[in-house]
Amino acid sequence: MENATTTLYFHLVPLVVFLPLAGLVINLLIGKKLGEVVSGTIASLASGAAFVVACLLMLSLRSNPEAVVVPFAEWIRVGGLAVDWAFRVDTLSVTMMLVVSGVGTLIHIYAIGYMHEDVRLNEDPGRFTRFFIYLNLFIAMMMILVSAESYLMTFVGWEGVGLCSYLLIGFWFEKGKEGTGNAIAAKKAFITNRVGDFGFLVAMFMIFLQFGTLSFSELAHVSAPVGALGTVVVAGIGLFLLLAVTGKSAQLPLFVWLPDAMAGPTPVSALIHAATMVTAGVYLVARSAPLFELSPVGPQAVAWVGTLTALFAATIAVGQYDIKKVLAYSTISQLGFMVAAVGMGAYVAGMFHLVTHAFFKALLFLSAGSVIQGVEHGHHHDPHADHYAEFDPQDMRNMGGLAGKMKVTTAVYIIGALALAGVAPLAGFFSKDEIVAFAFGKNPVMFTMLLLAAFFTAFYMARQVWMVFFGKARTTAAQGARENPLVMTIPLMVLAVLSLVGGALNLPHVETLGKWLEHTMEGLHPAEFNWLVAGISLAVAFTGIAAGWFFYGRRSWQPGQSDPMKKLLGPLFTAFERKWWVDEIYNALLLQPYKDLSAILAEPVDQKLIDGCANGLGRMTGWFSRGIGVLQNGLVRSYALVILAGVAAILGYLILR
Amino acid sequence: MNTIPMSYYLVLSAVMFTLGAIGVIIRRNPLVMFMSLELMFNAANLTFVAFSNAFGNANGQIFVFFVMVVAAAEVAVGLALIVAIFRTRHSIDIDLMNTLKN
Repeated sequence: MENATTTLYFHLVPLVVFLPLAGLVINLLIGKKLGEVVSGTIASLASGAAFVVACLLMLSLRSNPEAVVVPFAEWIRVGGLAVDWAFRVDTLSVTMMLVVSGVGTLIHIYAIGYMHEDVRLNEDPGRFTRFFIYLNLFIAMMMILVSAESYLMTFVGWEGVGLCSYLLIGFWFEKGKEGTGNAIAAKKAFITNRVGDFGFLVAMFMIFLQFGTLSFSELAHVSAPVGALGTVVVAGIGLFLLLAVTGKSAQLPLFVWLPDAMAGPTPVSALIHAATMVTAGVYLVARSAPLFELSPVGPQAVAWVGTLTALFAATIAVGQYDIKKVLAYSTISQLGFMVAAVGMGAYVAGMFHLVTHAFFKALLFLSAGSVIQGVEHGHHHDPHADHYAEFDPQDMRNMGGLAGKMKVTTAVYIIGALALAGVAPLAGFFSKDEIVAFAFGKNPVMFTMLLLAAFFTAFYMARQVWMVFFGKARTTAAQGARENPLVMTIPLMVLAVLSLVGGALNLPHVETLGKWLEHTMEGLHPAEFNWLVAGISLAVAFTGIAAGWFFYGRRSWQPGQSDPMKKLLGPLFTAFERKWWVDEIYNALLLQPYKDLSAILAEPVDQKLIDGCANGLGRMTGWFSRGIGVLQNGLVRSYALVILAGVAAILGYLILR
Repeated sequence: MNTIPMSYYLVLSAVMFTLGAIGVIIRRNPLVMFMSLELMFNAANLTFVAFSNAFGNANGQIFVFFVMVVAAAEVAVGLALIVAIFRTRHSIDIDLMNTLKN
């Protein structure tokens, strides 16, 4: 890369969107005829090709690190608003592209194996191709989101990934609780996201109002407006962008959709609801850094929301029994770390954690999927099992002792768990430590809360690992579990390696990622490596793991046993278990009044008042016409008399006037 | 040329018109009603011609021709209708033609 004559590949950037789209179109047209393996391979190749393009872009940026805008098409020209379809290639967007297409490709490959089983367990093999069409569409939309040059184009991707999320959560839309559970979960995700999208829209309006442009390049150098109104508008932009972030990145108070989103197939949970889409909010804040810097209100609110979410979601994760729900709340908590980081101005730390989290959380979800299919396999091949009885293959209480049966999955799961818990020298340690160290110098309250969240993280991961993999098998299904084929385990191993060494991206004092992002974001604060903080956070992680072993590893969980923490914490643990009753509170505060209002509007207002008005008008017209219908008596001579009288009257008027 | 006063023509015309109007209203036979209508046309024609003569202007006379043509056409259509109605209903009593009432 040293020679200055390196070829630059910036003009290839539209391909990151169009290659996945090409895969989608091929599968859409002829996917059903190609068979599962070919159609899955095409989708994986489309995503892999996008990854190659992203790599080429990265190489070009290394020799020429300044941001490049590649115009593609004219889009909207209305009055003062000019938005073109242009791609922005800079270090930040290419980082996101690499994560999305890289992790995305691994998940595509894994999904070939996973969906092969899944469509058979759900008894509809025809849906295999549809899954990969949605997955390719998601990659294309996510690429639009991260490669956009203006807020409006980002918004297109933002909505597009929301749509894909909806489609994939509801992939088995006729399954779930009472046959509508999955459909309701998908709807919940979509509607909750709409609330966030409303924030995005209002923020865009305010940006255009204040600065007259939506382009990132032009907004990079705006100065703070003077006057009271300008201050309010700038603060408002920050707060409405925060609302958008809370929707997409599942932060307080809009996080409720993400746990329910686990109704989707597990590769979807890994790709969309852990590694990529939910991090769009973090990316948005990093991208909007020049706007956030204009007012202290926005960043502070962002940091607090992130910190509170990190702790809040971590406590809920402790009390969950569903293997994917634990990971879902863990994702919310880790997203809280990232949001807190970008809110505090630690953009590099936030992006760093985003990347490493994409590695180990994708790994954890995919391994969880592997576990679930292993257990389901055991359940289906158990001759004594009652196959009509309700059996939840995701419930950790039905597992135990899987370590001997699923060796690869166990190994990679433990690597992922250690990385998430923040054990040195795995990926999660470096990135999380950077955030915590930043908070140390900024705000002691946030620092303490983040440390507490980190403790819970280590604790619930230890709890999960011991419940799932160690002890004795608690059901015959767990006893009959078996390892999954290589097409599923190889992506796991790749992700495990990435989780092991991902920390090398931004080692203290080397700061590869920091220097890389510096070209895009001005005035980055260099991360300080603090031995004290590193020691504390490592100690916290080990305490968490030790506590997890003390409660769940020392004596193995017996079938039908209640959680040992319940005795210790009592009602507090019930609160964890019941997710702090957030769903119930939202139901009582928002949904029930809304339903009551709808009932009022439907029955008395619509059916009585409005329909009454419409029907009354019709009836009145009927009466009136029956009244004057008497005049039409069918006697021609009376008509003639009326005409004569009329003529006489008119003439009389004209004469006597 | 001894001149008959203008008022004579107008009075005659008014009487003819009134008789025609009464005929249309009180008779039930459409044939008679047509004849009464014709009487009203001719009352109007008489007025036209009288005024045309009095003012030395030919416009009134031209109008009369038009009225005659239209009246002839109208009678042709009307008589055809009466024949058609008689064929279907075996009566031409105008008061019985009330199926479109209300």
